[in-house]
Amino acid sequence: MTALRRTLNLARPDDVYNAIVDAHKGLSDEQCRDFDARLILLLVNHIGDEAVIREALKEAAAT
Amino acid sequence: MSSYQYRRYPYRRAAELDGTAVRRPVVIVGAGMAGPTLALELAARGVPSVVLDEDDTVSIGSRSICQAKHSLEVWDRFGISQRMVDKGITWEQGEVYLRDRAIYRFNLQPEPGHKFPAFVNLQQYYVEEFLYERCLAEPAIEMRFRNKVVGVAPHADHVVVEVETPDGRYTLEAQWLVACDGVRSPVRHMLGLPFEGEVFHDQFLIADIRLLDELPKERRFWFYPPFHPTNSVLLHRQADNVLRVDFQLGREADAEEEKKTENVDRRLCLMFGPEARWEHEWTSVYTFTCRMMQRFVHGRVIFAGDAAHVVSPFGARGGNGAIADVDNLAWKLALVVAGTAPEALLDSYCSERRAAARENILNSTRSTDFITPKFPASRAFRDATLTLAPDFPFARALINSGRLSVPTQQLESPLDTPDSDGDWVGGPGPGRAMLDAPVGNGWLIDRLGRDFSLLTFGKDDVGTVPSGATAVPITGNGLAWQRYDSRPGTTYLIRPDRYVAGRWRTYDPAAVSAALDRATGRSHA
Repeated sequence: MTALRRTLNLARPDDVYNAIVDAHKGLSDEQCRDFDARLILLLVNHIGDEAVIREALKEAAAT
Repeated sequence: MSSYQYRRYPYRRAAELDGTAVRRPVVIVGAGMAGPTLALELAARGVPSVVLDEDDTVSIGSRSICQAKHSLEVWDRFGISQRMVDKGITWEQGEVYLRDRAIYRFNLQPEPGHKFPAFVNLQQYYVEEFLYERCLAEPAIEMRFRNKVVGVAPHADHVVVEVETPDGRYTLEAQWLVACDGVRSPVRHMLGLPFEGEVFHDQFLIADIRLLDELPKERRFWFYPPFHPTNSVLLHRQADNVLRVDFQLGREADAEEEKKTENVDRRLCLMFGPEARWEHEWTSVYTFTCRMMQRFVHGRVIFAGDAAHVVSPFGARGGNGAIADVDNLAWKLALVVAGTAPEALLDSYCSERRAAARENILNSTRSTDFITPKFPASRAFRDATLTLAPDFPFARALINSGRLSVPTQQLESPLDTPDSDGDWVGGPGPGRAMLDAPVGNGWLIDRLGRDFSLLTFGKDDVGTVPSGATAVPITGNGLAWQRYDSRPGTTYLIRPDRYVAGRWRTYDPAAVSAALDRATGRSHA
């Protein structure tokens, strides 16, 4: 079982972070929610590891 | 309004009214789909029964229309499934639309080689009609129409039932009382037993209509269609060119207004176009709940079908779940009545079918949450799934417009013998339903015995098999070998309800005997 990665896994972290934020620019709250839902589904399927997904759900809820 | 001719079944004055009372082994309350099926299964095992129903006709309205493969396999034992297939609409494919675009097609039975299709759509009144006919021809079954249960008094070893008829009241004594009396179960109410669960508030309108135009056989489900842009619509075809159109109305709709013909016609006109013509068969507005009793067996009173558990209609798990209940119950009750198994065997009916009901409720609740999201984030994920579906195959798999009824798993049942040979890579393990396959010129399900069956692969003659089991040798090299992950010597013990009780890589009569004892509650290995 793969654990959720806690250390950096991105070569260009600032670029990726800002790409996510920028993608939300100008969207209403409702549009943001819809956008995020699509993004989460795409990424979750790509990750594919249910244990990792469940751990991420738990950590996201705990913060 | 309906094209179906409802016949009246004969009421007969009960012998008990004239003072001839004998204790009956089994009394069944309710002549829906479950009650008569149970009566037939018991009769096939030599157990007579009395079926009480307050009415004298079949289901009013089409109600449970999707008859699943596993139910057809049960009814086939009484020779009525081919009639259902001939009369009904066989379908295996479904289509899901988002607005005006087809985004997903599914096939419920992608592999050939089964006697029955995944589903046959047939109105409940036909199913009941065919069942009643068989029951009325069966000497061991007494169908008592217009016999309403008005009192139930449980005792340690029997139940006293008070029955109201057009000729007055009488009492009937039963060793076992089985309540198949539906979601509002009068028997459950009379015993004051709780029925807890989740209530859903969305309202749905069923319009059963007869259209002149032929339509494809597929089940169709629309999210936000142009003709009903705020909600979902489900379309099914039934026998006699009847269509079931199911409109989601939302929480606020006024059911009485919506049921008015002019309002239904307005919706149908938007859906089928101004040229289409139809006749109304049945109209109903419903909401639903998911509930389950804590225990299905209360002393000598047993609950089955909707009386014991109820689900949303998405997935066709109500009627089919009820048939699976009585299929599980019948052989156990027959053994207990005959005195060849302990009463405790019936505890496994409760545990196995409660596990199945939980699985059915889980699946149907998930479908319900997808179709009628209860909070904004739930709706956002639902809509994201639908939006991604045309371009991303993974998202199509997430569309949940009803996960259609397949046999549930009854894992870790005390009746099953767990695998001890560790090299299984496929095939149905203990607690799973057996799989049909072509065998010789026929079907595996036709080779099975009425009681336990012993499938032996690659052995012409296994000699004497333990009593209570019928040997079913499988030779050749057909599809059954793959479906059962078989090698020469592989042996499966199949229960009367066609679940796998145990399996081995070699045939060992002692192991089979032990598994049989365990599966009939005579020992706990």
